Amino acid sequence: MSARVALATAARILRQLRRDHRSLALVLVVPPVLLALMRWVFQGQPGAFERVGPPLVGMFPLILMFLVTSIAMLRERTNGTLERLMSMPLAKIDLLLGYGLAFAAVAALQATVTAAVAFTVLGLETQGAIWLVVLLAMANAVLGMALGLLVSAFARSEFQAVQFMPAVIMPQFLLAGLMAPRSEMARPLEVLSDFLPVTYAYQALVTVTATTDLGASFWRDIAVITFAIVLSLVLGALTLRRRTA
Amino acid sequence: MTQPAAASSASEAAPDREADDAIVVRDLRVRRGQKVVLPGVSIRVRAGTVTGLLGPSGCGKSTLMRAIVGVQIVEGGEVTVLVLPAGTPDLRRRVGYVTQIPSVYPDLSVGENLGYFARILDVPSARITASIQAVGLEGQRDQLVETLSGGERSRASLAVALLSEPQVLVLDEPTVGLDPLLRADLWRTFHDLAAGGTALLVSTHVMDEAERCDDLVLMREGRIVASGTPPALLEKAGATTIEEAFVALAVTP
Repeated sequence: MSARVALATAARILRQLRRDHRSLALVLVVPPVLLALMRWVFQGQPGAFERVGPPLVGMFPLILMFLVTSIAMLRERTNGTLERLMSMPLAKIDLLLGYGLAFAAVAALQATVTAAVAFTVLGLETQGAIWLVVLLAMANAVLGMALGLLVSAFARSEFQAVQFMPAVIMPQFLLAGLMAPRSEMARPLEVLSDFLPVTYAYQALVTVTATTDLGASFWRDIAVITFAIVLSLVLGALTLRRRTA
Repeated sequence: MTQPAAASSASEAAPDREADDAIVVRDLRVRRGQKVVLPGVSIRVRAGTVTGLLGPSGCGKSTLMRAIVGVQIVEGGEVTVLVLPAGTPDLRRRVGYVTQIPSVYPDLSVGENLGYFARILDVPSARITASIQAVGLEGQRDQLVETLSGGERSRASLAVALLSEPQVLVLDEPTVGLDPLLRADLWRTFHDLAAGGTALLVSTHVMDEAERCDDLVLMREGRIVASGTPPALLEKAGATTIEEAFVALAVTP
């Protein structure tokens, strides 16, 4: 492990992102705009936006970082920089840590802007502290990044990489309890959702935004998210090969 | 199957290991899917020389180079670089590698690219300036790589490989698309590095570059056709140009 490599990589990724003004604007503007749109859409259903809105604030980074990572990694593979890095003295985990640090920082910014708009302009309320929502958003960003890294190994083109979002992330969102409570789903779906990391990411955000008391189930959710991040990072690291065919 | 002359001259190319051998490849076999890309290649590259790897595209030059750098999955044989097995962690700082595609970040400037890789390699920042100077990109230091010409991009990629002052430099077609003056400059840089003790293995399919090499390895369809110094090869083939020698040696049974 080397902090030098991880920090240099994080700084490099953030510098690349800062150059890309349009992407940066989309990262910061799209989530609050979508939330505002949702509020409008749910106008006829009292309570619906108030229920789904607060946890969603912390869920956006998961989708975004999944997409960004899978494409960024694919680019590193196709432009030869990944092979160059693999031929240099660096540990794979440091490269991944660099990615994680950079995207967690972006997620912090994104979640702060989204939370600011959601909890003031849009009138949403959270029982727990806003910083806790932002912290969970950062964890979700790292989870999204780890999952994106893993699937990028299976994508041969950016076109394929983008398709993995609806394939891997959308079903998890549908089953996480966001659309319908998990207890009201068909039993097989409820059981399936027990094995999907996004379920726990959503539950933790529901707990933080709807209650002030973080019970044992919250810490279990955090443990599952952490386990999912570590597992995907380890599997993702296995897909970074020093030798290829 | 009868053994072609290629095989016997290939074994001549790798006699017993000598003290100044920077790269020794013995019976290297590489298979990609069903296709045998390298059926059993042996070469050696001496320290302090520029060795040219000459052959048409698709003959296995890049695969051989990848095996030497240690990024190629090999089926058999032995690849030794600086007395260590290729791909050993210890070699990652001592071997520089430049692929055909410039492996640099297009959305960063030349200086930023070198700055990042310098941090990864943990070399002092003075090396950044020295490497940029060696490839003649001082004027483009603050320019984004994506705005550079093809030749400038390859040179930026070469500069990254020079950062750690490697003892072995493996360059895959580094002069493609360069204007003749720059090409001459770059070859001068290669010989300067060789004079400092570096072993360079440079692939090319441009025959006139062959004359600039200290040693030559002629390759065709995954096999070594012949190897030796340019004058020795000319004499052996009874030819006046390397191109003629290549043809003569490739068809002689």
